[in-house]
Amino acid sequence: MSTLGGLRQKRWASWLPAVVALVAVFLFPLFFDPLDSQTSDATTALAYVVFALGLNIVVGFAGLLDLGYVAFYAFGALTAGWLASDHFTGAGGDSGIDFGVSSFAASLPGIHLNFLLIVIGAIVVCAIAGAIIGLPTLRLRGDYIAIVTLAFGEIIGRVAQNGDEIKIGDYAFSNGRESISPIDQLNFPFVGEFDSATNVRPYFWAVFALLLVVLFVNLRLRDSRLGRAWVALREDEVAAVSMGVPLVKTKLMAYAIGAAFGGISGAFLGVFLNSVNANQFQFGFSIFILAMVILGGLGSIWGVVIGAVALSFVNSYLIPDVLDQGFVGDFVKDIGLDFSFQQVSFGVFGFILVLMMVLRPEGLLPERRRKIELTEGVGTGEDLYEARA
Amino acid sequence: MEAASVSSPARPRGAGAWEFISKYGLIALLLALPTVYGVIDLVNDGNLARLGNNLVAGLSNGAIWALIALGYTLVYGIIELINFAHGEVFMIGSFVAFGLYGTLGLTESTGAGGLALGLFVALLISMLAASSLNVMIERVAYRPLRGAPKLAPLITAVGVSFILQNVGILWRGGSQRGIPDLIQAQRQLFEIAGVAVSRADALAILVTIPLVFLLTNFVTRSRLGKAMRATAQDPEAARLMGINVDTTISLTFLLGGLLAGAAGIIYALYQTQVWFFQGFTAGLIAFTAAVMGGIGNLRGAVLGGVIIGIIQQIADNRIGVQWTPAVIFAYLVIIMIFRPQGLIGEETREAG
Repeated sequence: MSTLGGLRQKRWASWLPAVVALVAVFLFPLFFDPLDSQTSDATTALAYVVFALGLNIVVGFAGLLDLGYVAFYAFGALTAGWLASDHFTGAGGDSGIDFGVSSFAASLPGIHLNFLLIVIGAIVVCAIAGAIIGLPTLRLRGDYIAIVTLAFGEIIGRVAQNGDEIKIGDYAFSNGRESISPIDQLNFPFVGEFDSATNVRPYFWAVFALLLVVLFVNLRLRDSRLGRAWVALREDEVAAVSMGVPLVKTKLMAYAIGAAFGGISGAFLGVFLNSVNANQFQFGFSIFILAMVILGGLGSIWGVVIGAVALSFVNSYLIPDVLDQGFVGDFVKDIGLDFSFQQVSFGVFGFILVLMMVLRPEGLLPERRRKIELTEGVGTGEDLYEARA
Repeated sequence: MEAASVSSPARPRGAGAWEFISKYGLIALLLALPTVYGVIDLVNDGNLARLGNNLVAGLSNGAIWALIALGYTLVYGIIELINFAHGEVFMIGSFVAFGLYGTLGLTESTGAGGLALGLFVALLISMLAASSLNVMIERVAYRPLRGAPKLAPLITAVGVSFILQNVGILWRGGSQRGIPDLIQAQRQLFEIAGVAVSRADALAILVTIPLVFLLTNFVTRSRLGKAMRATAQDPEAARLMGINVDTTISLTFLLGGLLAGAAGIIYALYQTQVWFFQGFTAGLIAFTAAVMGGIGNLRGAVLGGVIIGIIQQIADNRIGVQWTPAVIFAYLVIIMIFRPQGLIGEETREAG
């Protein structure tokens, strides 16, 4: 197989499983009722995959441990709340400000924009927020970066939870502990408005489409100049900088792009769940997404996809339906313990983190380069983070 | 783990000014809250009693944060790991203490002598329990990862923290739980110029001072303490000098755990409630304290703990409890940006 044609054929062969899997995912909702809970669980799962792919850029590619990723869920969902509900009642008069939405949504007070505009808004908001959060971490080392991002995530969570006390003019930042609800149905240009009350399938396909875009961007980024710069910085900051990799720009791009993907998914979840509930913006969510990235394999795009799907499955099916209902739950009750696995689901994710790090730090489907770093010690040790620009 | 003290290159011009601004700017920022509210008090009430009460409560809370912060600082000083699970060790310490109330038959009507003896025993047992837990965590979760990239033990630490939180949920349920107020914590002991000192304040400060004294003496005077400092400075060289590095690291976790256990029982007596999430918040607050003082520096951790305690009390009392974590984390971020080496800015190996 030394000819060019042979190589090309081989490359296609390696793509085949991915294509088959994607087609299978596309057909997935047709096997269930339009309102089946499996479909909505799967829709959430795909949204989590988008989150995990975003976090993978920051943690996996650039090697910056971000423990405050929930901030971008918050900003993305809040953007959807601001731009697709009656949160800003009175803005633009009785029928509100509207663009590209159904006549029903247009007649409501508040701001109602087309979903595509909301996604763009969320990308802009989150990319800016990501860069701002990233800015103070530029001079810090690995573990300090983790703490600063964690602190930002917590601050933003608090601000969202107490946002009813922050008033800008007549309008609050958020609804505080109450949700911003209802949020408009998803509305794509040329497709029209969805109706989650009668059919969830379109939501599944919508998030699948978003995922494909994010996946494509991810794959192209990985092989791009920027992607290689991220890996170079991760492996040896001093060497990378002296080879001419612009440190500030490269790191900020990682934060901003990772955050933007989080924003896309956050905006989608806000619309899909029909409400923005600030109580969800907890540290646990950051860990949930991080566990997906670790499980799949830091820096490995397909690994992260698998890790995210697996953990979503654990979260929405295995824990509530199998462990708590099935023979495991019965066994737990038989030996006299009184608890449900749902209570301790985050303990399960924590356990996965520890187990993976101790036994198989490179993840289920490792990226080759990362595996070498993690197991054989190329570019490991302190010099990985010690470097100062 | 190699020593990584990169000798700093020739300092650029203006570095001195930056140093000055970062140090005194931080001190000014820390004094801002008490000063502003002191002035407001003087204008409104004509005296400083309210601020004084904030300071006393802050001091006693700060004593608890200082005990936890010492654990962070010890561990960070020696293996450069933010032991995320440390706050949860403190939480388990509280839970053990509460469990011992029942075992030792301590109730609100126990006599003074029996209570003192019982609480002393409970203190010792909680300290032992927390320290064994901490040593065990190190053995199981961190030691296998020595030599791995720093990301790995950090992620493991976060995982352990979550596991312990959920152990807490299984043990005592998911909501805050009121426990017997054995020492009548809020009863006033004495009052000076409108500033009341409660029993809880006195207890926290009286238990903390000897513990901190013992710890600093141990670390600076004893042979094992010397081994700890040597390992912190350069693990490789320490090993060559015949120091058993693994044992020394275990010892460090042991000491941190002892202090966390003590903090746990003081917290239980002081707040008269325990819950699984107390460790997460306390851990972050104490970490902020450790960084504020200068991580790796024992005196710094105590100083930072007290300062954070005061800030926290003022925020609780004036701004609103729901905003306190945000205020403290904002301080954390600001310190990280402008002065990652902390207030007592010794050039340690760790300082960013």
